Amino acid sequence: MSQVVTEPLAVVVEREIPFSPDKIWRALTQPHLIAEWLMKNDFEAAVGRSFKLEAEWGVVDCKVQAIEPSRTLSYTWAAQGLETVVTWTLTPVDAGTRLRMEQVGFQPDQKLAYRGATAGWPRFFESLEGVVARID
Amino acid sequence: MPKAHDILFRTLADPTRRALFERLCREGEQTVGALTAEAGVSQPAVSKHLAVLKQAGLVRDRHAGRQTHYSAQLKALAPLIDWTRQMTGFWESRFDDLEDLLRRMDQ
Repeated sequence: MSQVVTEPLAVVVEREIPFSPDKIWRALTQPHLIAEWLMKNDFEAAVGRSFKLEAEWGVVDCKVQAIEPSRTLSYTWAAQGLETVVTWTLTPVDAGTRLRMEQVGFQPDQKLAYRGATAGWPRFFESLEGVVARID
Repeated sequence: MPKAHDILFRTLADPTRRALFERLCREGEQTVGALTAEAGVSQPAVSKHLAVLKQAGLVRDRHAGRQTHYSAQLKALAPLIDWTRQMTGFWESRFDDLEDLLRRMDQ
């Protein structure tokens, strides 16, 4: 079963997968396994570590932001002129694991941010959603 | 296509600029003065941001007397929606491959 929720600059894909969080965690964090489902890479599970994902269409520059084994993994994802953050969340369920991938653009923690803009960040997506609905 | 993405993303990556654009989306046409009153930055800074937004096609200006009015151009957001669709498709197929891999992996 698969559920797709999209908002402008927030892509969420969530699925229940009939395997344990530990097993999925290995596939998400071991370079030779990552290469089999995502891209060729030099991933290393250490916060602050930079790594690259390589595909025929180009390179994605990444940096590990958070690691909590078998629960959550998050890294920046810079490609096509946009820096986003990809966050994986693993939740145990009866049938295995609910795996959620969330990719969000325009980080709120930019140095230039001033209070108003930071506070307005979550609203940006909401208002965009309304805005986009009006585009023909 | 990547170029249209690039310009749009870079333009909106700046939080002050994004806040200005967001406000125009929410409240409709505004003068530079009205935008400055709530932007938390100087009028020249606001004008500069508006010029960048205009160059990216995100806003349009209209001169009336000594005032310049700005309004949001919603159609310029289309590449964002394309990007979202593309990435959703990308991740869906990565999930498929991940599931295939998990089936092949040892316990």
